[in-house]
Amino acid sequence: MHRGRLFRVRLAGVFMLSYSLAAMKLQAQSIRHKGLVRTTHWINALSIVALAVSGAAILLAHPRFYWGETGYFDTPAAFELPLTPNLDQSGWGRSLHFLAAWIAVINGLIYVAWGLISRHFRRRLLSARADSHGYSVPQRVAYLTVVFGLLPIAILTGLTMSPAVTAAYPELFVLFGGRQSARTIHFIAANLLMLFLVVHVAMTILSGFGNNIRSMITGVYTTPLEER
Amino acid sequence: MSNLISRRKLLASLPAASGLLLTGSKDSLPPTYGSLLGLGDALTFASHRLLLRNQPLAREFGREMISKRFPAINTTNPASAQYQGLRAGRFTEWWLPIEGLVSNHLKLSLDDLKRFPSRTQVTQHSCEQGWSAIAEWTGVPLARVLQEAGMLPQARYVVFYAVDGWWDSLEMLDALHPQTLLAYGMNGRELPVPYGAPVRLRVERQLGYKNLKYVIRIEVTDRLDNIEDGTGAVGVAEGYSWYAGI
Repeated sequence: MHRGRLFRVRLAGVFMLSYSLAAMKLQAQSIRHKGLVRTTHWINALSIVALAVSGAAILLAHPRFYWGETGYFDTPAAFELPLTPNLDQSGWGRSLHFLAAWIAVINGLIYVAWGLISRHFRRRLLSARADSHGYSVPQRVAYLTVVFGLLPIAILTGLTMSPAVTAAYPELFVLFGGRQSARTIHFIAANLLMLFLVVHVAMTILSGFGNNIRSMITGVYTTPLEER
Repeated sequence: MSNLISRRKLLASLPAASGLLLTGSKDSLPPTYGSLLGLGDALTFASHRLLLRNQPLAREFGREMISKRFPAINTTNPASAQYQGLRAGRFTEWWLPIEGLVSNHLKLSLDDLKRFPSRTQVTQHSCEQGWSAIAEWTGVPLARVLQEAGMLPQARYVVFYAVDGWWDSLEMLDALHPQTLLAYGMNGRELPVPYGAPVRLRVERQLGYKNLKYVIRIEVTDRLDNIEDGTGAVGVAEGYSWYAGI
Protein backbone atom coordinates (compact mmCIF):
# COMPACT_ATOMS: atom_id res chain seq x y z
CA MET A 1 0.00 0.00 0.00
CA HIS A 2 2.65 2.50 1.02
CA ARG A 3 5.27 1.15 -1.28
CA GLY A 4 6.91 3.89 -3.24
CA ARG A 5 5.84 6.59 -0.86
CA LEU A 6 8.80 8.56 0.26
CA PHE A 7 9.16 9.31 3.93
CA ARG A 8 11.81 11.75 4.89
CA VAL A 9 12.08 13.23 8.30
CA ARG A 10 14.16 16.30 8.70
CA LEU A 11 14.92 18.99 11.21
CA ALA A 12 13.17 21.93 9.66
CA GLY A 13 14.27 24.45 12.25
CA VAL A 14 17.90 23.44 12.39
CA PHE A 15 19.15 26.80 11.12
CA MET A 16 17.05 28.67 13.61
CA LEU A 17 18.71 27.02 16.59
CA SER A 18 20.58 30.16 17.46
CA TYR A 19 17.31 32.03 17.88
CA SER A 20 15.21 29.59 19.75
CA LEU A 21 15.18 25.93 20.47
CA ALA A 22 11.39 26.06 20.36
CA ALA A 23 11.56 26.64 16.63
CA MET A 24 12.90 23.15 16.14
CA LYS A 25 10.21 20.82 14.91
CA LEU A 26 9.91 17.61 12.99
CA GLN A 27 8.24 17.37 9.62
CA ALA A 28 7.34 14.39 7.51
CA GLN A 29 7.51 14.72 3.77
CA SER A 30 5.60 12.41 1.54
CA ILE A 31 4.79 12.18 -2.13
CA ARG A 32 1.16 13.13 -2.18
CA HIS A 33 0.38 13.12 -5.91
CA LYS A 34 1.78 10.77 -8.49
CA GLY A 35 3.54 12.15 -11.57
CA LEU A 36 0.69 11.25 -13.88
CA VAL A 37 -1.85 12.98 -11.64
CA ARG A 38 0.31 16.11 -11.45
CA THR A 39 0.90 16.27 -15.19
CA THR A 40 -2.69 15.64 -16.21
CA HIS A 41 -3.89 18.05 -13.49
CA TRP A 42 -2.03 21.03 -14.94
CA ILE A 43 -2.77 20.19 -18.57
CA ASN A 44 -6.41 19.94 -17.55
CA ALA A 45 -6.23 23.22 -15.61
CA LEU A 46 -4.89 25.06 -18.66
CA SER A 47 -7.45 23.56 -21.02
CA ILE A 48 -10.34 24.25 -18.65
CA VAL A 49 -9.33 27.92 -18.43
CA ALA A 50 -9.06 28.07 -22.25
CA LEU A 51 -12.45 26.35 -22.56
CA ALA A 52 -14.04 28.82 -20.14
CA VAL A 53 -12.65 31.90 -21.89
CA SER A 54 -13.46 30.65 -25.41
CA GLY A 55 -16.84 29.35 -24.25
CA ALA A 56 -17.72 32.83 -23.01
CA ALA A 57 -16.61 34.27 -26.38
CA ILE A 58 -18.93 31.83 -28.19
CA LEU A 59 -21.77 32.47 -25.78
CA LEU A 60 -21.65 36.23 -26.46
CA ALA A 61 -22.93 35.65 -30.01
CA HIS A 62 -26.30 34.48 -28.71
CA PRO A 63 -26.76 34.68 -24.93
CA ARG A 64 -30.23 33.08 -25.02
CA PHE A 65 -31.05 29.52 -24.04
CA TYR A 66 -33.87 27.26 -25.13
CA TRP A 67 -35.26 23.83 -24.40
CA GLY A 68 -36.02 21.20 -27.05
CA GLU A 69 -34.92 20.92 -30.67
CA THR A 70 -34.94 24.48 -31.93
CA GLY A 71 -34.68 28.01 -30.64
CA TYR A 72 -34.04 31.37 -32.30
CA PHE A 73 -34.70 35.08 -32.02
CA ASP A 74 -38.49 34.84 -32.32
CA THR A 75 -39.05 31.87 -30.04
CA PRO A 76 -39.40 32.21 -26.27
CA ALA A 77 -36.17 31.66 -24.35
CA ALA A 78 -35.90 29.31 -21.37
CA PHE A 79 -33.63 32.00 -19.93
CA GLU A 80 -31.61 34.86 -21.25
CA LEU A 81 -28.41 36.41 -19.95
CA PRO A 82 -28.22 40.20 -19.57
CA LEU A 83 -25.35 40.47 -22.05
CA THR A 84 -25.09 42.53 -25.22
CA PRO A 85 -24.71 40.09 -28.13
CA ASN A 86 -21.29 40.32 -29.75
CA LEU A 87 -20.92 38.48 -33.04
CA ASP A 88 -17.22 39.15 -33.52
CA GLN A 89 -15.68 36.85 -30.93
CA SER A 90 -16.89 33.42 -31.97
CA GLY A 91 -14.41 32.82 -34.82
CA TRP A 92 -11.29 32.48 -32.66
CA GLY A 93 -13.51 31.45 -29.76
CA ARG A 94 -14.72 28.35 -31.57
CA SER A 95 -11.26 27.31 -32.80
CA LEU A 96 -9.71 27.74 -29.34
CA HIS A 97 -12.66 25.96 -27.72
CA PHE A 98 -12.26 22.89 -29.91
CA LEU A 99 -8.46 22.82 -29.63
CA ALA A 100 -8.73 23.01 -25.83
CA ALA A 101 -11.49 20.40 -25.91
CA TRP A 102 -9.27 17.98 -27.85
CA ILE A 103 -6.45 18.47 -25.32
CA ALA A 104 -8.82 18.13 -22.36
CA VAL A 105 -10.45 14.99 -23.74
CA ILE A 106 -7.19 13.18 -24.63
CA ASN A 107 -5.65 14.25 -21.32
CA GLY A 108 -8.79 13.21 -19.43
CA LEU A 109 -8.91 9.81 -21.10
CA ILE A 110 -5.29 9.15 -20.10
CA TYR A 111 -6.09 10.17 -16.52
CA VAL A 112 -9.24 8.06 -16.29
CA ALA A 113 -7.63 5.01 -17.91
CA TRP A 114 -4.68 5.25 -15.53
CA GLY A 115 -6.99 5.87 -12.57
CA LEU A 116 -8.93 2.72 -13.31
CA ILE A 117 -5.95 0.50 -14.13
CA SER A 118 -3.86 1.63 -11.17
CA ARG A 119 -6.89 1.51 -8.85
CA HIS A 120 -6.20 5.15 -8.04
CA PHE A 121 -9.93 5.99 -8.02
CA ARG A 122 -10.75 3.02 -5.83
CA ARG A 123 -8.02 3.78 -3.32
CA ARG A 124 -8.27 7.55 -3.12
CA LEU A 125 -11.90 8.31 -3.96
CA LEU A 126 -14.01 5.22 -3.33
CA SER A 127 -12.32 3.32 -0.50
CA ALA A 128 -14.17 3.75 2.79
CA ARG A 129 -10.90 3.80 4.70
CA ALA A 130 -9.13 7.11 4.59
CA ASP A 131 -5.37 6.94 4.20
CA SER A 132 -2.97 9.27 5.98
CA HIS A 133 -3.91 12.24 3.81
CA GLY A 134 -7.21 10.95 2.61
CA TYR A 135 -9.91 13.09 1.07
CA SER A 136 -12.97 14.03 3.08
CA VAL A 137 -16.39 12.81 1.96
CA PRO A 138 -17.43 16.17 0.43
CA GLN A 139 -14.11 16.25 -1.44
CA ARG A 140 -14.63 12.75 -2.81
CA VAL A 141 -18.17 13.55 -3.88
CA ALA A 142 -16.97 16.72 -5.61
CA TYR A 143 -14.11 15.00 -7.46
CA LEU A 144 -16.23 12.03 -8.53
CA THR A 145 -19.04 14.35 -9.68
CA VAL A 146 -16.62 16.39 -11.78
CA VAL A 147 -14.69 13.46 -13.30
CA PHE A 148 -17.57 11.07 -13.92
CA GLY A 149 -20.52 13.48 -14.11
CA LEU A 150 -19.97 17.06 -15.20
CA LEU A 151 -17.05 16.56 -17.60
CA PRO A 152 -18.64 13.64 -19.52
CA ILE A 153 -21.92 15.59 -19.70
CA ALA A 154 -20.08 18.67 -20.98
CA ILE A 155 -18.30 16.59 -23.64
CA LEU A 156 -21.42 14.74 -24.79
CA THR A 157 -23.63 17.84 -24.90
CA GLY A 158 -20.85 19.59 -26.81
CA LEU A 159 -20.81 16.78 -29.36
CA THR A 160 -24.61 16.96 -29.60
CA MET A 161 -24.20 20.47 -31.00
CA SER A 162 -22.12 19.07 -33.88
CA PRO A 163 -24.19 18.42 -37.01
CA ALA A 164 -21.51 15.97 -38.22
CA VAL A 165 -21.22 13.95 -35.01
CA THR A 166 -24.99 13.70 -34.63
CA ALA A 167 -25.28 12.43 -38.22
CA ALA A 168 -23.14 9.50 -37.07
CA TYR A 169 -24.71 9.26 -33.59
CA PRO A 170 -28.29 10.60 -33.67
CA GLU A 171 -28.85 8.88 -30.30
CA LEU A 172 -27.22 11.94 -28.73
CA PHE A 173 -30.36 13.96 -29.54
CA VAL A 174 -32.49 11.40 -27.71
CA LEU A 175 -30.14 11.42 -24.75
CA PHE A 176 -30.39 15.18 -24.21
CA GLY A 177 -33.82 15.94 -25.67
CA GLY A 178 -32.72 17.95 -28.70
CA ARG A 179 -29.97 20.25 -29.87
CA GLN A 180 -31.07 23.31 -27.89
CA SER A 181 -31.54 21.28 -24.71
CA ALA A 182 -28.01 19.96 -25.18
CA ARG A 183 -26.70 23.52 -25.56
CA THR A 184 -28.51 24.60 -22.39
CA ILE A 185 -27.23 21.58 -20.43
CA HIS A 186 -23.72 22.33 -21.76
CA PHE A 187 -23.97 25.85 -20.34
CA ILE A 188 -25.26 24.63 -16.96
CA ALA A 189 -22.54 21.96 -16.73
CA ALA A 190 -19.91 24.58 -17.60
CA ASN A 191 -21.20 26.83 -14.81
CA LEU A 192 -21.12 24.01 -12.29
CA LEU A 193 -17.54 23.28 -13.35
CA MET A 194 -16.69 26.94 -12.78
CA LEU A 195 -18.32 26.72 -9.35
CA PHE A 196 -16.17 23.68 -8.60
CA LEU A 197 -13.08 25.56 -9.83
CA VAL A 198 -13.76 28.51 -7.50
CA VAL A 199 -14.34 26.29 -4.45
CA HIS A 200 -11.36 24.09 -5.38
CA VAL A 201 -9.00 27.07 -5.60
CA ALA A 202 -10.44 28.61 -2.43
CA MET A 203 -9.93 25.38 -0.49
CA THR A 204 -6.40 25.07 -1.86
CA ILE A 205 -5.62 28.51 -0.47
CA LEU A 206 -7.37 27.98 2.85
CA SER A 207 -5.75 24.61 3.61
CA GLY A 208 -2.15 25.68 3.06
CA PHE A 209 -1.54 27.18 -0.34
CA GLY A 210 2.24 26.67 -0.64
CA ASN A 211 2.16 23.12 0.60
CA ASN A 212 -0.79 22.22 -1.63
CA ILE A 213 0.67 23.80 -4.75
CA ARG A 214 4.06 22.20 -4.13
CA SER A 215 2.43 18.81 -3.72
CA MET A 216 0.75 19.21 -7.11
CA ILE A 217 3.96 20.41 -8.82
CA THR A 218 6.78 18.36 -7.25
CA GLY A 219 4.58 15.89 -5.41
CA VAL A 220 6.13 16.66 -2.01
CA TYR A 221 3.65 17.33 0.77
CA THR A 222 4.81 18.29 4.22
CA THR A 223 3.01 17.10 7.33
CA PRO A 224 4.07 18.33 10.81
CA LEU A 225 4.75 15.38 13.06
CA GLU A 226 2.95 15.16 16.39
CA GLU A 227 5.14 16.12 19.30
CA ARG A 228 5.98 13.17 21.37
CA MET B 1 6.03 -1.37 -10.80
CA SER B 2 2.96 -2.39 -12.79
CA ASN B 3 1.79 1.22 -12.61
CA LEU B 4 4.92 2.36 -14.35
CA ILE B 5 4.53 -0.14 -17.16
CA SER B 6 0.91 0.65 -17.88
CA ARG B 7 1.72 4.33 -17.86
CA ARG B 8 4.52 3.77 -20.35
CA LYS B 9 2.21 1.68 -22.51
CA LEU B 10 -0.40 4.40 -22.47
CA LEU B 11 2.04 7.09 -23.49
CA ALA B 12 3.47 4.91 -26.24
CA SER B 13 0.03 4.23 -27.72
CA LEU B 14 -0.71 7.95 -28.06
CA PRO B 15 1.19 8.74 -31.27
CA ALA B 16 -0.13 5.52 -32.80
CA ALA B 17 -3.70 6.50 -32.00
CA SER B 18 -3.35 10.02 -33.36
CA GLY B 19 -1.55 8.66 -36.42
CA LEU B 20 -4.47 6.37 -37.13
CA LEU B 21 -6.78 9.31 -36.68
CA LEU B 22 -4.92 11.45 -39.15
CA THR B 23 -4.20 8.80 -41.76
CA GLY B 24 -7.44 6.85 -41.42
CA SER B 25 -8.74 8.46 -44.57
CA LYS B 26 -6.89 9.85 -47.55
CA ASP B 27 -6.74 13.61 -47.85
CA SER B 28 -7.72 13.88 -44.24
CA LEU B 29 -6.48 17.39 -43.55
CA PRO B 30 -8.38 20.60 -44.20
CA PRO B 31 -6.80 22.96 -46.74
CA THR B 32 -5.68 25.49 -44.15
CA TYR B 33 -4.52 24.36 -40.76
CA GLY B 34 -1.14 26.03 -40.40
CA SER B 35 -1.79 27.88 -37.15
CA LEU B 36 -1.91 26.54 -33.63
CA LEU B 37 -5.64 27.22 -33.45
CA GLY B 38 -6.06 25.34 -36.73
CA LEU B 39 -4.62 22.21 -35.10
CA GLY B 40 -7.89 21.58 -33.29
CA ASP B 41 -9.86 22.11 -36.49
CA ALA B 42 -7.56 19.67 -38.31
CA LEU B 43 -8.12 17.00 -35.65
CA THR B 44 -11.86 17.61 -35.83
CA PHE B 45 -11.90 17.38 -39.63
CA ALA B 46 -9.79 14.20 -39.69
CA SER B 47 -11.88 12.49 -37.02
CA HIS B 48 -15.14 13.49 -38.72
CA ARG B 49 -13.90 12.06 -42.04
CA LEU B 50 -13.52 8.75 -40.20
CA LEU B 51 -16.83 9.10 -38.40
CA LEU B 52 -18.73 9.95 -41.59
CA ARG B 53 -16.96 7.59 -43.99
CA ASN B 54 -20.19 5.62 -44.53
CA GLN B 55 -22.08 8.84 -45.30
CA PRO B 56 -24.77 8.70 -42.59
CA LEU B 57 -27.67 11.10 -43.13
CA ALA B 58 -28.35 14.06 -40.91
CA ARG B 59 -31.58 13.63 -38.99
CA GLU B 60 -34.78 14.52 -40.85
CA PHE B 61 -38.03 15.65 -39.27
CA GLY B 62 -41.74 15.58 -40.04
CA ARG B 63 -43.23 18.72 -41.61
CA GLU B 64 -44.98 19.54 -38.31
CA MET B 65 -41.56 20.43 -36.90
CA ILE B 66 -40.94 23.23 -39.44
CA SER B 67 -40.08 26.49 -37.65
CA LYS B 68 -42.63 29.28 -38.03
CA ARG B 69 -40.14 32.10 -38.48
CA PHE B 70 -36.87 30.70 -39.74
CA PRO B 71 -34.25 33.45 -39.23
CA ALA B 72 -32.88 35.14 -42.34
CA ILE B 73 -29.44 36.59 -41.58
CA ASN B 74 -26.45 38.15 -43.34
CA THR B 75 -27.39 39.17 -46.90
CA THR B 76 -31.19 39.09 -47.22
CA ASN B 77 -31.61 40.95 -50.51
CA PRO B 78 -28.43 41.53 -52.57
CA ALA B 79 -28.40 45.16 -53.66
CA SER B 80 -26.43 44.69 -56.89
CA ALA B 81 -28.09 45.71 -60.14
CA GLN B 82 -27.21 42.27 -61.49
CA TYR B 83 -29.22 40.52 -58.79
CA GLN B 84 -32.11 42.97 -58.80
CA GLY B 85 -32.34 42.52 -62.58
CA LEU B 86 -32.43 38.73 -62.25
CA ARG B 87 -35.01 39.03 -59.51
CA ALA B 88 -37.20 41.35 -61.59
CA GLY B 89 -37.11 38.73 -64.34
CA ARG B 90 -38.15 36.02 -61.89
CA PHE B 91 -34.73 34.44 -62.40
CA THR B 92 -35.49 33.29 -65.95
CA GLU B 93 -32.19 34.91 -67.00
CA TRP B 94 -30.29 33.21 -64.15
CA TRP B 95 -27.68 30.67 -65.24
CA LEU B 96 -25.47 28.47 -63.10
CA PRO B 97 -22.11 27.58 -64.69
CA ILE B 98 -20.41 24.36 -63.51
CA GLU B 99 -16.73 24.83 -64.34
CA GLY B 100 -13.27 23.56 -63.58
CA LEU B 101 -12.24 19.91 -63.48
CA VAL B 102 -15.29 18.55 -65.32
CA SER B 103 -15.50 16.98 -68.76
CA ASN B 104 -18.69 18.89 -69.67
CA HIS B 105 -18.82 22.52 -68.68
CA LEU B 106 -22.49 23.05 -67.89
CA LYS B 107 -24.58 26.19 -67.77
CA LEU B 108 -27.85 25.36 -66.09
CA SER B 109 -31.03 27.40 -65.86
CA LEU B 110 -33.41 27.15 -62.92
CA ASP B 111 -35.69 24.96 -65.06
CA ASP B 112 -32.73 22.74 -65.97
CA LEU B 113 -32.06 22.19 -62.27
CA LYS B 114 -35.72 21.38 -61.65
CA ARG B 115 -35.64 18.72 -64.38
CA PHE B 116 -33.14 16.66 -62.36
CA PRO B 117 -34.62 14.19 -59.87
CA SER B 118 -35.31 16.23 -56.75
CA ARG B 119 -34.89 15.57 -53.06
CA THR B 120 -36.97 17.10 -50.28
CA GLN B 121 -35.73 17.06 -46.70
CA VAL B 122 -36.86 18.62 -43.42
CA THR B 123 -33.69 19.36 -41.50
CA GLN B 124 -32.29 21.46 -38.70
CA HIS B 125 -30.15 24.46 -39.56
CA SER B 126 -27.61 25.11 -36.80
CA CYS B 127 -26.02 28.53 -36.73
CA GLU B 128 -22.56 28.93 -35.20
CA GLN B 129 -24.09 31.71 -33.09
CA GLY B 130 -26.09 29.12 -31.18
CA TRP B 131 -29.63 29.29 -32.52
CA SER B 132 -31.18 26.59 -34.68
CA ALA B 133 -34.34 26.23 -36.74
CA ILE B 134 -36.02 23.61 -38.90
CA ALA B 135 -37.11 24.00 -42.53
CA GLU B 136 -38.01 21.88 -45.51
CA TRP B 137 -35.64 22.14 -48.46
CA THR B 138 -36.23 20.94 -52.01
CA GLY B 139 -33.52 20.75 -54.61
CA VAL B 140 -31.26 18.61 -56.71
CA PRO B 141 -28.50 16.64 -54.98
CA LEU B 142 -25.20 18.30 -55.90
CA ALA B 143 -23.77 14.84 -56.62
CA ARG B 144 -26.30 14.42 -59.44
CA VAL B 145 -25.26 17.70 -61.09
CA LEU B 146 -21.57 16.88 -60.70
CA GLN B 147 -22.20 13.49 -62.26
CA GLU B 148 -23.85 15.21 -65.22
CA ALA B 149 -20.84 17.49 -65.54
CA GLY B 150 -18.49 14.51 -65.48
CA MET B 151 -16.09 15.23 -62.66
CA LEU B 152 -12.45 14.42 -63.45
CA PRO B 153 -10.64 11.94 -61.19
CA GLN B 154 -8.29 14.51 -59.68
CA ALA B 155 -11.18 16.66 -58.39
CA ARG B 156 -11.02 17.20 -54.61
CA TYR B 157 -13.05 20.29 -53.80
CA VAL B 158 -16.15 22.05 -55.05
CA VAL B 159 -16.08 25.85 -54.81
CA PHE B 160 -19.27 27.90 -54.66
CA TYR B 161 -19.58 31.59 -55.50
CA ALA B 162 -22.52 33.76 -54.46
CA VAL B 163 -23.93 36.90 -56.01
CA ASP B 164 -23.17 38.91 -52.83
CA GLY B 165 -19.43 38.20 -53.05
CA TRP B 166 -19.41 35.31 -50.60
CA TRP B 167 -17.68 32.12 -51.60
CA ASP B 168 -17.00 28.81 -49.92
CA SER B 169 -15.88 25.29 -50.71
CA LEU B 170 -16.59 21.70 -49.75
CA GLU B 171 -14.42 18.64 -49.77
CA MET B 172 -15.84 15.68 -51.75
CA LEU B 173 -17.23 13.67 -48.82
CA ASP B 174 -19.66 16.48 -48.04
CA ALA B 175 -20.09 17.61 -51.67
CA LEU B 176 -21.25 14.13 -52.74
CA HIS B 177 -23.39 13.46 -49.66
CA PRO B 178 -27.00 12.61 -50.63
CA GLN B 179 -28.40 15.47 -48.52
CA THR B 180 -26.12 18.11 -50.04
CA LEU B 181 -28.52 20.00 -52.29
CA LEU B 182 -28.67 22.89 -54.68
CA ALA B 183 -31.97 23.93 -53.11
CA TYR B 184 -34.55 25.95 -55.03
CA GLY B 185 -37.54 25.29 -52.77
CA MET B 186 -38.24 26.01 -49.11
CA ASN B 187 -41.23 24.80 -47.09
CA GLY B 188 -43.08 23.77 -50.27
CA ARG B 189 -42.62 27.09 -52.10
CA GLU B 190 -40.01 28.70 -54.32
CA LEU B 191 -36.93 29.61 -52.28
CA PRO B 192 -37.67 33.16 -51.03
CA VAL B 193 -35.21 36.01 -51.63
CA PRO B 194 -34.13 36.42 -47.95
CA TYR B 195 -33.14 32.74 -47.90
CA GLY B 196 -30.99 32.82 -51.04
CA ALA B 197 -33.21 32.79 -54.16
CA PRO B 198 -33.09 31.34 -56.65
CA VAL B 199 -30.64 28.65 -55.45
CA ARG B 200 -28.75 28.06 -52.24
CA LEU B 201 -26.53 25.32 -50.96
CA ARG B 202 -27.68 22.91 -48.26
CA VAL B 203 -24.90 21.06 -46.39
CA GLU B 204 -26.71 19.35 -43.57
CA ARG B 205 -23.69 18.01 -41.70
CA GLN B 206 -22.07 21.40 -41.32
CA LEU B 207 -23.08 24.63 -39.61
CA GLY B 208 -25.28 27.29 -41.13
CA TYR B 209 -22.52 29.46 -42.54
CA LYS B 210 -21.45 26.73 -45.00
CA ASN B 211 -24.95 26.81 -46.56
CA LEU B 212 -24.15 29.50 -49.10
CA LYS B 213 -27.07 31.58 -50.39
CA TYR B 214 -27.50 33.16 -53.87
CA VAL B 215 -25.21 30.67 -55.64
CA ILE B 216 -24.17 31.89 -59.11
CA ARG B 217 -21.16 29.76 -60.03
CA ILE B 218 -19.70 26.37 -59.16
CA GLU B 219 -16.12 25.35 -59.77
CA VAL B 220 -14.60 21.90 -59.33
CA THR B 221 -10.92 21.94 -58.37
CA ASP B 222 -8.06 19.86 -57.03
CA ARG B 223 -6.61 22.63 -54.85
CA LEU B 224 -7.82 25.69 -52.98
CA ASP B 225 -4.61 27.63 -52.52
CA ASN B 226 -4.95 29.27 -55.95
CA ILE B 227 -8.58 30.30 -55.47
CA GLU B 228 -9.48 33.76 -54.18
CA ASP B 229 -7.32 34.37 -51.07
CA GLY B 230 -6.37 30.69 -50.89
CA THR B 231 -8.10 30.00 -47.58
CA GLY B 232 -10.99 27.92 -48.93
CA ALA B 233 -13.81 30.18 -47.75
CA VAL B 234 -14.76 33.80 -47.30
CA GLY B 235 -15.14 33.35 -43.54
CA VAL B 236 -11.63 32.07 -42.86
CA ALA B 237 -10.13 35.58 -43.00
CA GLU B 238 -12.69 36.55 -40.31
CA GLY B 239 -11.49 33.67 -38.14
CA TYR B 240 -14.19 31.12 -38.96
CA SER B 241 -13.02 27.60 -39.54
CA TRP B 242 -13.20 26.28 -43.11
CA TYR B 243 -14.59 23.01 -41.80
CA ALA B 244 -17.75 23.57 -39.78
CA GLY B 245 -18.91 20.09 -38.78
CA ILE B 246 -18.91 21.14 -35.12
